Amino acid sequence: MRGATVLKASDDKTRQLNKNTLMAYSGEAGDTVQFAEYIQANAQLYSMRNETDLSPSALANYVRGELATSLRSRKPYNVNLLLGGVDPITHKPSLFWLDYLASLAPVPYAAHGYAQYYCLSILDKHHSPGISLGEGIKLLEMCTDELKRRMPIDFKGMTVKAVTKNGIVDIEFNDDKIVKCA
Amino acid sequence: MFVTARPFSLLPHLPGGTPPDADAEAEADHPPLTDGGAAVAMVGKDCVAIACDLRLGLQALTVSNNFPKIFQYGDVFLGLTGLATDVATVSDLFRFKVNMYRLREERNIAPATFANLVSSSLYEKRFGPYFVSPVVAGLEPKTGKPFICGFDSIGCIDFAKDFIVSGTASEQLFGMCESLWEPDLGPEDLFETISQALLNAVDRDALSGWGAHVYIIEKDKVTKRLLKGRQD
Repeated sequence: MRGATVLKASDDKTRQLNKNTLMAYSGEAGDTVQFAEYIQANAQLYSMRNETDLSPSALANYVRGELATSLRSRKPYNVNLLLGGVDPITHKPSLFWLDYLASLAPVPYAAHGYAQYYCLSILDKHHSPGISLGEGIKLLEMCTDELKRRMPIDFKGMTVKAVTKNGIVDIEFNDDKIVKCA
Repeated sequence: MFVTARPFSLLPHLPGGTPPDADAEAEADHPPLTDGGAAVAMVGKDCVAIACDLRLGLQALTVSNNFPKIFQYGDVFLGLTGLATDVATVSDLFRFKVNMYRLREERNIAPATFANLVSSSLYEKRFGPYFVSPVVAGLEPKTGKPFICGFDSIGCIDFAKDFIVSGTASEQLFGMCESLWEPDLGPEDLFETISQALLNAVDRDALSGWGAHVYIIEKDKVTKRLLKGRQD
C-alpha cells in the first residue's frame, strides 16, 4: 500500500532467518524490508560461521537488541515483528511478539496493529496449547474471516507459512472461506 | 511540547514539563504508562519480600500475561516497572554489569552496592532516561540485615525501612501497604501481606494484574511463588 493505492496484492512480508525460524513484519515501507533482511543476513552469517543455527529465543533476543539500539538513535526503525520457530535441539515451538519499541514477549498467539483488536479475542476463546497444524489453520481462517467482515480495509488476503521441525512450508490458504458462526 | 523524530518526547517528565491542563489522553500516552505493571518490596524480620504482576499491554489492550518484572542477580533482586522495552534493556544491562562485577571481585554483589550501581547507571542517562522505576531487595551479606530501596527514572535512591512500591498501581499499592504492613513479620506472614497488598492493588488498576510472582528472601533460602490472580 502506498497512501490510498494498492500497489501489490501478493507481497510476502516474511523472511526466513534460518532452517527453522521465520520472521513476519509490518511497519513503515522502507524500514521493514531493510531491517528484516539485515537480521536475515546476520542470522545466516552466524549459521555459516558456527555450523549451527541460533535458537528462536536467541534470535528473538538478538533482534530485540538491534531494535532497542535503533529506538534511541537519530532515525529509529519503525518495524513490528512476529518471530516463530522450532528449537533445532529440543524441537520446542515458540512464538515471539516484538513491536517497534523493542518490547519482547513470548506468546502462544499474537497479532500486530488493528488485527490485534479483532483476532486476539477469537484466539483467546478458541486456542489451546498443543493444537495441531490443521486446527491452527482453522483458527487462521476464523481470524481472516473476522478481519474481512469487520475491518474497513481490504488487505488482499493472507500469506500462510508453517514452521515445522523439518523446515518451513508454504500453506495453501483459502482467504475467502466463510466461517459459519462458531 | 518538544518535537522529536520519535513518536513521543524522550524528555524526562518533570513537574512543570507539561501544562497542568493537558488532557487525560496525553497523560495516558506517557511512555511509563503505556505498558502497565506493578512491583512492590517489603521488609520483614530477617527476611525481605519482592513481588510483581505479569501483565504486558499496549494501553488498554493486553498483549501478554507472562511478562515477569523481577530479575535475580546473585543474592540481589531487582523489580522493574515502566516502559517494557526499557525493562528488558535495563535488566539485560544489569545482568552484564553484575556478571562483570562478579568476575572482577570473585564474589556476589551486595544489595547496597547494587543500589548505588543502579543509581549511577540511571543517572548516566539523565537527559534521555530509561522509563523505569526500579525496586531493589536483598539481605546484607555480612549482617543479614534486610535491605530495600526504590529509585526514580534518573536514579534518585529512596531508602525505606518498611516498603517500596512502583508502577502504574503505585498509588493503590501505597494504600494497601500502609494498611497491611507491620514491623517484624516472619517469612510466612510477610508472604501473605505482600501477596494481599499486590493482588488487591492491581485489581483496582486496569493496566496491572494477570497473575503475580512473589519472592521471599531469607538468610539461606529463597522461595518463589506464582500467584494466578484474577484473569480479567
